[in-house]
Amino acid sequence: MGVSPVKLMRAVTAALLLAALAGCAAPTPWVKPYEREHFADPIMSFNRDPVSSTYLQHVFETREGAHGATGSVGGGCGCN
Amino acid sequence: MQLTREARCAHTRGSAGLSPFTRTLLTLCLIAAPALAGVLPEDRADVLWHSYNGGDITIQGPSVLVRKKVGDNLSLSASYYEDMISSASIDVKLSASPYHETRKQESVGADYLHGKSTYSAGFITSKEPDYKANTSYFSVSQDMFGDLTTLTLGYRRGWDQVFRDIKTPQGVLENDPTFHQRADHRGYSLSLTQILTRNAILGFNYELLTDQGYLANPYREIRFLSPGQGRGFMLAEQVYPNTRTSNAASVQLKYYLPYRAALTGQYRFFHDTWGVLAHTVELDYTHPVWKHWIFDGSLRYYRQSAADFYSDLFPRANYQNFMGRDRELAAFHSYTLGAGASYQFAVPGVRWISKSSANVRVDHLMVDYSDFRNALLAGSYGAGNEPLYRLNANIFQVFVSIWF
Repeated sequence: MGVSPVKLMRAVTAALLLAALAGCAAPTPWVKPYEREHFADPIMSFNRDPVSSTYLQHVFETREGAHGATGSVGGGCGCN
Repeated sequence: MQLTREARCAHTRGSAGLSPFTRTLLTLCLIAAPALAGVLPEDRADVLWHSYNGGDITIQGPSVLVRKKVGDNLSLSASYYEDMISSASIDVKLSASPYHETRKQESVGADYLHGKSTYSAGFITSKEPDYKANTSYFSVSQDMFGDLTTLTLGYRRGWDQVFRDIKTPQGVLENDPTFHQRADHRGYSLSLTQILTRNAILGFNYELLTDQGYLANPYREIRFLSPGQGRGFMLAEQVYPNTRTSNAASVQLKYYLPYRAALTGQYRFFHDTWGVLAHTVELDYTHPVWKHWIFDGSLRYYRQSAADFYSDLFPRANYQNFMGRDRELAAFHSYTLGAGASYQFAVPGVRWISKSSANVRVDHLMVDYSDFRNALLAGSYGAGNEPLYRLNANIFQVFVSIWF
């Protein structure tokens, strides 16, 4: 069974509250800004070439039953 | 505009008449307004040509994506995508006629940066002769914990119109005036990226999707046993449920290797109210070599169970309330092997281009169906005893990117 909209709203609300509370008492960052040079390297991007990854994602979505949770939004189509 | 702490409190008190959800959202938006700034995506343009060839289907076309900052806080994007389809697939051969058609998709989007929050919104429209789809989306991202963590909440809504083409006596395809259906889609997403160490970053995505309306493919049909008649089976219209709720969750771990290379592991879980249970596992490796080249290699494994109302061959007509034979809802597993190369180069004499690259990527998709048979061979093997269908496809992309 799927999650009802009411339960979803509660879950989202709880997540937002947690995020808000976390923002009020943020811990000291354990990876300092000067230690993050590797994350500035393009090879560490989760989506280095969006035009390519969006296309490949579209290819899979039109041939598989699963979809979603890819971190980006694709448009609808009647592509089967 | 930056609100003072007192103004934020007063604003929050003034919203006492709102629902708990709205109040919480307002609270987050107001708290998420510190002085330090986040980062907008880079200005870049990409022009891509794609080609898919497999299962007697050829799909190719261009794709263009442009993103440009306007001032310090706003980034705009626009894209154009086209599929030129030529299909004589196994489904088409069984119950329809080979066809050619073009799908065009356009999108616009905007990202607005305010402190450590990024507000994104966009609109996507897709047009085919027999399918029109509009999608809008909105999301809020917040950097926190010294920018080690980014939390994103998103919502998307889609409105589709489904038509069915019929052939006129003159041989021209046109929309069947008696068939016009609609489908609505909603998606609620939560994403989190977390820097774990100076070499590792974690991504998590969850999405709840609801679909309502006409969710079947109007051209495909079920088949049911009909001994002694024709090929031993007959065809009938698919009957799908009008609602579908799906849950998808994925996790990605990316690791920076000591010799400047990146290794990514991904897993996605999917389950829906139609009974489809799917797992996706992917490994990617990125390796820069020499001065200007970056090579990528990937292996993706996908496995799904069949929908509850799917059957390759029903025992008889009207066997159950819902009946489908779309192979996207069959049980199958697939492997995709991919490789890509990117060459970074400078464009001499063009100062406004800061960086550019020429890229090529090839993927080979191999699908093995567990309960979808090649019904075209029923005459030789008998209905229900045909060989299981296998799909092999080559996916090719070539694109040029510039940063400015």
